Amino acid sequence: MMAQAQSVADRLRGLGGGKSKGAVETSSLTPPVLALRDLVVEIPTRHGVLRPVDGVSYDIHAGEILGVVGESGAGKSMAGNAVIGLLDRPARVASGRIRLNGERIEGVSPKKMRPLRGKKIAMVFQDPLTSLNPLLPIGDQLSETILAHLPVSKREARARALAALEEVGIPAAAERLDSYPHEFSGGMRQRVVIALALCAEPDLLIADEPTTALDVSVQAQIIALLKRLCRERGMAVMLVTHDMGVIAEAADRVAVMYAGRLAELGPVAEVLRAPRHPYTHGLMGATPLAAKGQARLNQIPGAMPRLDALPQGCAFHPRCPKAGPACSFSAPTPMRMSADHSASCHFPMMPEPEAAPL
Amino acid sequence: MLAYIIRRVFQSVLVLLIVGLIAFSMFRFVGDPVENMLGQERTIEDVERLRDNLGLNDPFPMQYWNFLSNALQGDFGMSYRQGRPVAEILMERAPATLELAAVSGLFAIVFGIGFGVLTAIRRDGVLANLVMTVSLIGVSLPTFLIGILLIYVFSVELNWLPSFGRGEVTQIGGWSTGFLTESGLKALILPAITLGLYQMTLIMRLVRSEMLEVLRQDYIRFARARGLSERAVNFRHALKNTLVPVITVTGLQLGSIIAFAIITETVFQWPGVGLLFINAVQFVDIPVMAAYLMLISVMFVGINLIVDLLYVAIDPRLRSDHSARGH
Amino acid sequence: MVDQQNSPVARPGALRRFWDSDMGWSFRHSPVAVISLLVVAILALGAIFAPWIAPYDPFDPASLNLMNGFTPPMQPNAFTGEIFWLGTDDQGRDVFSTILFGLRISLFVGFSAVVLAMVLGITLGLLAGYLGGWVDTIIMRLADVQLTFPAILVAMLIFGIAKGVIPVEYRDQMAIWVLILAIGLSDWVQFARVVRGATLVEKNKEYVAAARLIGRSGPAIMLRHILPNVLSPVLVIATISLALAIIAEATLSFLGIGAPPTQPSLGTLIRIGQGFLFSGEWWILLFPAGTLLALALSVNLLGDWLRDALNPKLR
Repeated sequence: MMAQAQSVADRLRGLGGGKSKGAVETSSLTPPVLALRDLVVEIPTRHGVLRPVDGVSYDIHAGEILGVVGESGAGKSMAGNAVIGLLDRPARVASGRIRLNGERIEGVSPKKMRPLRGKKIAMVFQDPLTSLNPLLPIGDQLSETILAHLPVSKREARARALAALEEVGIPAAAERLDSYPHEFSGGMRQRVVIALALCAEPDLLIADEPTTALDVSVQAQIIALLKRLCRERGMAVMLVTHDMGVIAEAADRVAVMYAGRLAELGPVAEVLRAPRHPYTHGLMGATPLAAKGQARLNQIPGAMPRLDALPQGCAFHPRCPKAGPACSFSAPTPMRMSADHSASCHFPMMPEPEAAPL
Repeated sequence: MLAYIIRRVFQSVLVLLIVGLIAFSMFRFVGDPVENMLGQERTIEDVERLRDNLGLNDPFPMQYWNFLSNALQGDFGMSYRQGRPVAEILMERAPATLELAAVSGLFAIVFGIGFGVLTAIRRDGVLANLVMTVSLIGVSLPTFLIGILLIYVFSVELNWLPSFGRGEVTQIGGWSTGFLTESGLKALILPAITLGLYQMTLIMRLVRSEMLEVLRQDYIRFARARGLSERAVNFRHALKNTLVPVITVTGLQLGSIIAFAIITETVFQWPGVGLLFINAVQFVDIPVMAAYLMLISVMFVGINLIVDLLYVAIDPRLRSDHSARGH
Repeated sequence: MVDQQNSPVARPGALRRFWDSDMGWSFRHSPVAVISLLVVAILALGAIFAPWIAPYDPFDPASLNLMNGFTPPMQPNAFTGEIFWLGTDDQGRDVFSTILFGLRISLFVGFSAVVLAMVLGITLGLLAGYLGGWVDTIIMRLADVQLTFPAILVAMLIFGIAKGVIPVEYRDQMAIWVLILAIGLSDWVQFARVVRGATLVEKNKEYVAAARLIGRSGPAIMLRHILPNVLSPVLVIATISLALAIIAEATLSFLGIGAPPTQPSLGTLIRIGQGFLFSGEWWILLFPAGTLLALALSVNLLGDWLRDALNPKLR
């Protein structure tokens, strides 16, 4: 049991767990690149108003990767879409604040939002196959994006497009500028997508399940690429995923979401070693990487409730082994567990001995 | 790729051979050609000589072969009704129909795509809803009624435009054109709208539904997420992808325009091939019907083929022979 | 899929069951469908009972008075003082009555043509799917070739050929039947495609082999199993085909290659009326045209609604 937590920690040590400290230090001097405060996204439907994101707060600093993890439907992508202003109607930001480099960007007009997209905030989607326009050569798609944001000539844009491809590690980039998306393999295509997202040098990258559609062998390469770009450019990255392994591999801090709310938020090493929220705990029991050494994976009983049938109180209580009477009528608010670690739970798990799953 | 083109060409030729067989069977078995060509006063020798001359005593495949090779050389026989070579009559009438079809096709494509894009981008706009409602009525309205209503409004009540004929035409070589005179152009307006309206509605609805589909795609979201302008997203990215499937249907619609010209030409007494065909059906002028059938088949099959090739030209995924997976 | 396990023959309470079903709910909540059905019902009843409803018999020369010619709607005739709701034509025929009788022809031709197309399409589709091989190839190739051309053009050609085959003295008498044949033959492909697809699915199921083992004919038993499966798409295609057939009939008749003046359909009436447009007798044209438009639009809208209601995916 200790061995399990130990193995995760081992992995973390080699993967820049220490770097997060540096990132936190800078935070006191400059505002975070992205700051969410009590963000609420609502979808009005015939059966009432749904809240896929319900009172979520977190920061992402320059040069830091925040992993946002949760089951599908937990609202993790929806928050990213809200930040970049691409919520599908009728979803909308109902309340709360989104600050980019200290400036509010929630609810600004599409006209003011457009120049921010690509230039300040970039986004990478799950499936590189469908993310690229099949009818345009990738060089055209790159220079088009560069020209939309930077005051450069077409010639210069093409030179920068080439540099962008080289930076993400496309071999023989000069020859591939005029290739069409279908002429690349899956991993190469995701590199192209990343080059496209980053070609105007944004401050914040929202990566929405960037490795889910890829082969396992390619996943690690893409994660490594994202990490390198994050460090080199001092870019803030919101890494949305359902895969605890990816979080352990890449993120500095992690935000665990459940049914639209933030369950737990803290440094990856700490959260993985000693999760405070029973849901995080269960999630790790269900992850092959974290559960290494265990005979079988522990599943959390039941399924995440649908948004139109959320239980009263804490949304997790029907599935929670530690639930008490308070959980079914009062929704817990984030509680500080340590300097930068919080969990929304009435009965948080205590670190060390009891943390062991069975 | 090449194999695909060869297969398509082969299929086209097969279709043409079948249509040729139908046309020939009409020619040969519907009514008696000899009876039709000779008058009441005839002798047995006349009949036999003509049968021999026409090759009607040859074996069937031979006759079919002769019919085809004659048709390929532009010889479609003589019109029963006018007593002149069918090819000559067709050549005379062709410019009127082709000019009408070209203007209608242009009208249908330009407005069809324009309105389709408009109703897709401004899905909830007042204008978009208006256009969609009107288009529903447009689909149910038979072409000839549209023509009659246009005549009623613009010729009878307002007296702005002529209700029949081509106006003044100018002869350029063997081609008579109505493009060069004011009356010719004015005469073209109502028939062109009548003929193009239905095709325009179809193209518009198709463009709209395809574009709505494309706008839901990830690469459109990604284009938005990169901060491209709405214009670039809608036109550079969405429209081009919309047009790939639209081209097929539009191409086929252009073929139908020539066929539907029959109706419009009758309403407006437009002296084209369609009116000729209707008169041929009315008076059972089989050679003219057969020739029309073959000409229009060649046109349809040709358009089909061009559409297929155009498809390949637009979509790079079809162009390359090898997929470069696993670099 | 709508529950159509039992035979669709109306049994006591069938109407009630429809009313309570999903379809019934969707129908009650679609004003467009209700109004369309109402219009179609009124027009159909008018057509069926035309001989009893029509105030005049437009085809009885004895009842015609040339003095009544060109009477405008709702105005007393200058000579006879008679009033006609929708006016009269050049012969003094009551336009309302001619519309009722024209509607009768239009609906009869449209309906018969769709039935013909349906029977032909289901039979050929079943044969193609069940027998496969060269029968399938020939039938579906034929369908492809025919689909290359607009249905109206195919109908014109069939009409032209039939006219050439039929002796002159029978042409007018046979015109209606030739019309039905021409439109029906031009419209079977859609039905055949749907049925062929369903047949291919059913063909390999065990009951077909079992039926053959006990010596029952495969196609007969398959038809009984396939029909319930294809009922919804066939119904939708039939409704939309009806609108197309009505328009096709009107178009052919308008072009003068359809219903003869002795048995005028709505299209024939419009053809006749067009001649009077310039002289100001608009009612001879516009009332039949309006009737045709109302009929075609209602059937079309009904077909649209039916397609949406029977296809839960689109809902």
